[in-house]
Amino acid sequence: METKQIGKPMKRVEDARLTSGQGSFIEDMNPLPHIHHAAILRSPYPHARIKAIRTQVAEEMPGVKGVVTGQDVAACTNPFPVGVTASVHYYSLAVDKVRYVGEPVAVVVAKNRYLAEDALEKIEVEYEPLPAVVEIEQALLPDSPLLHEQVGSNIANHRHFSYGDPDKAFREADVVIKHKFAFPKYSATPVETYGVIASYQSSDDSLTIWSNFHGPFTLQSVMAAALRIDSNRLRILIPKDVGGSYGIKSGVYPYMVLMGVVSKKLGLPVKWIEDRQEHLMASSSGTDRVTWIEAAVKRDGTVTGLRMKMVDSVGAYVRAPEPACLYRTHSNTTGAYRIEHLQMETIAVMTNKSPTGLIRGYGGQQLYFPLERIMQMVATKLGLDPAEVLRINLLGKEEFPYQTPSGGIYDSGDYKSAFDKLIGMVGYEEFRQRQKEARSKGKLLGIGLACIVEPSGSNMGYITVALTPEERSKSLPKSGCAEGATVSIDPMGGISVRISTAPTGQGHETVAAQIVGEVLGVDPCTVKVVAEMDTLTSPWSVASGSYSSRFAPIGSSAVYQAAGKVREKLLRIAADQLGCSPDQLEMKGGKVALRNDPAKQVSLRRLVGSAHWNPQGLPAGTEPGIHETAFYTIPTAQPPDEQDRVNGSAAYGFVADAVVVEVDAATGDVKILNYCTVHDAGVLLNPLIADGQIMGGLAHGLGGALYEELAYDKNGQFLSGSFMDYLCPTATEMPPVTIGHIESPSPLTPLGAKGLGEGNTMSAPVVIANAVADALAEWDVTVDTLPLSPNRVWSWIQQSKKKKEEYA
Amino acid sequence: MQVKREERYSLRLQVNGKRYEEQVEPRKLLSDFLREDCGLTGTHVGCEHGVCGACTVLVDGRAVRSCLILAIQAEGADITTVEGLAKDGKPHPLQEAFSECHALQCGFCTPGILMSSVEFLQTHADPGKEEIADMLSGHLCRCTGYKGIVEAVQQVADRRKEGEVRESGDPVSICSRTTPTV
Repeated sequence: METKQIGKPMKRVEDARLTSGQGSFIEDMNPLPHIHHAAILRSPYPHARIKAIRTQVAEEMPGVKGVVTGQDVAACTNPFPVGVTASVHYYSLAVDKVRYVGEPVAVVVAKNRYLAEDALEKIEVEYEPLPAVVEIEQALLPDSPLLHEQVGSNIANHRHFSYGDPDKAFREADVVIKHKFAFPKYSATPVETYGVIASYQSSDDSLTIWSNFHGPFTLQSVMAAALRIDSNRLRILIPKDVGGSYGIKSGVYPYMVLMGVVSKKLGLPVKWIEDRQEHLMASSSGTDRVTWIEAAVKRDGTVTGLRMKMVDSVGAYVRAPEPACLYRTHSNTTGAYRIEHLQMETIAVMTNKSPTGLIRGYGGQQLYFPLERIMQMVATKLGLDPAEVLRINLLGKEEFPYQTPSGGIYDSGDYKSAFDKLIGMVGYEEFRQRQKEARSKGKLLGIGLACIVEPSGSNMGYITVALTPEERSKSLPKSGCAEGATVSIDPMGGISVRISTAPTGQGHETVAAQIVGEVLGVDPCTVKVVAEMDTLTSPWSVASGSYSSRFAPIGSSAVYQAAGKVREKLLRIAADQLGCSPDQLEMKGGKVALRNDPAKQVSLRRLVGSAHWNPQGLPAGTEPGIHETAFYTIPTAQPPDEQDRVNGSAAYGFVADAVVVEVDAATGDVKILNYCTVHDAGVLLNPLIADGQIMGGLAHGLGGALYEELAYDKNGQFLSGSFMDYLCPTATEMPPVTIGHIESPSPLTPLGAKGLGEGNTMSAPVVIANAVADALAEWDVTVDTLPLSPNRVWSWIQQSKKKKEEYA
Repeated sequence: MQVKREERYSLRLQVNGKRYEEQVEPRKLLSDFLREDCGLTGTHVGCEHGVCGACTVLVDGRAVRSCLILAIQAEGADITTVEGLAKDGKPHPLQEAFSECHALQCGFCTPGILMSSVEFLQTHADPGKEEIADMLSGHLCRCTGYKGIVEAVQQVADRRKEGEVRESGDPVSICSRTTPTV
């Protein structure tokens, strides 16, 4: 058997059960007898006062066990804690007012879901409609209707930052280029919706909740606080299989609390499975953002400073971990470039839309859309080739580790090599020739470029940048990105691994098995990985979970270190038995042998047997059993400093994209002819899974660029309530994609790995926008909002035509 | 067929070669019937309005969205779900190819895609990538970007053409009946 396992494209150990219908997803689970089913009545209004709720008829229907309303929830829970100072009272059911279409108003529990939904129709709610706030700029106006009267405005969070000397940079600039960009609200629509099973036990006031929640486990304390329950009496269990999330499922936690309340009030275990309409209107989404960006530029294309005002709409309630979307990319605001002067204003506003939260790319797509568009606009303005402008601004290999003005520490990279590789892959020079010829025939071809930094393994401290240094100093500093894992070996030699990264399809079981297999010199297929999370028995930290691509940099490191502890212990026992020192030994093929005298050997099974069956025979000071837990964090994940500088992530990868499009001027249809992407994500742990992650992230980014939007009308009515209205890319929309890699190992992770599943979600919207802008260069069109639907692109062309005609 | 809303209907059908006779409410969806009454939770429900395709099963050999028909409409039918794909302990070639081509990540949409692919390969002897993508356009997968799925279906089609696919697992032999009833 080969000893090298890490880095091989091993087939996934998860696949056999998932392709045969033997996965265990939340809806498949019936962990208790007599589970009853919940259905949720939701608000049809974007903003209204609740005058009365009449539930009696519903409560008397056959099979119905009871109804829970906002008054019940307000009586027995606290509002959810959140990391801002604005006093927003967010409960799991609407109390007094509804603030978005789809906000939960009442819960019915019945014998089955059909009966529960029958009863929903019999609940009468009297509403007094109120004017709604829909658009970001409308929410900022002083006379805008208020969502939360006690806050006094619709602003949930507001901060100013200045790094370097931005005024000087702008004073000394040859050119200043500025524009306003709008990024839309969209989701990632995992095909499995939210699901919760909750069971309250009165004898010890404890609550057990099963849900397809994947962390961050900071939210366990948020839930416990809302439920007024000790954290060790709130046991959360995550099923082995979660049907996708891309961040969206961390927003299930208010429903976990809600079902906890329902189970407690009705004295029954309850199960709630969200339907698709509920998911689209009320689960979670990315923020929509308006960015005003200004770049200070030298004549050669060097960008010396940036000013950005970013305003996120967090929906009707600022819900943890928001307003983190504004700050997730704080450390890498200047992207892949050497820009030393940065001024930022960040605002989170509340609007009558569904609350937002984690989403693949979190903040990256909102950041890079204005940043990479402005880089292309710099080139256009100065009459330079965009590739030259990017190259002149990209950080050089020799500059790493590189500290960004806002405090990020880019651990490693070779951006220029990756970019050159990309330019070669896409055939940039040849394309420019082809484009000219196509233009002469009236065909609109365009090429877009984007270079982005992909942060992974978030530092718990970054989110506290939402507070001022004075506000932060009042509580314990937050830092680190710790993740835990346990490796144990049973008396018969069976190896098991317990991870707490709550995977949602990323193949963590496979990669953990590869790592442990390599460290202990055994076949990875013999290693059993337990991915089910249980907050009472799993090793976990406040940072645990599946988010910010943290398995590759952090989770895998914890597995590696736990396996290393086991290896060390086995070698110690072997050295004792073979009468040598541990460093003379090697472990492979299920045996430990003397490196220079392989005949002297002992089997792993015998060593493990000693630890379990004959602990008295172990070397002095050795504990019995084989069961090791390791927690891993990164030393550079420090709390923010007094100048608001923070290193928000453990590792920073790099992505360079080039996209070729053809725009049909008659219909506005955008066709992607070629998509090339080059990644530098350090050492790849499993290239098969790595490329799968890249393709998935890219497909989501493509959806954001061209199709996906959670649209509302001007009154706040929700318009994208089904998959007929909310368009996701299917197989026929996927362009040809070529993926390239270079590997600059991270010096901070033991395996040199960085996260990579979110990069193209961040880059695809802007690189496609840049390509469309390039295709439309002859029209006076600025691509400054998404998605690039045929209707939108066609309208831009028409407006431009009209302008031209007027001039003529 | 006439059934009152409150009445239970005595439904008889076959699933994966096994006979089922159950009392069901006339409004019960086939997807709920398979999951709740037959305990076959491999069929997943993703949208309940016929777009995502996760709940696709074979009804008398034809790929059908089980969330869009009532259980009682399947009276007398021969149904195959993802649990019925492997034969005699051997995985179906599509199941193997999906793993080899990394055609799944979370695996939630996979059962439905496998079932549509089984029907597709029965009716398309030598499909091209575009035809495969067209077939897949009735399914949503938010994890993979579809590349691996297209490759997996192509791989099985190519191997079948080259006569490499084992008789026991041949997709053509999975469903013998082709009479549509729905």
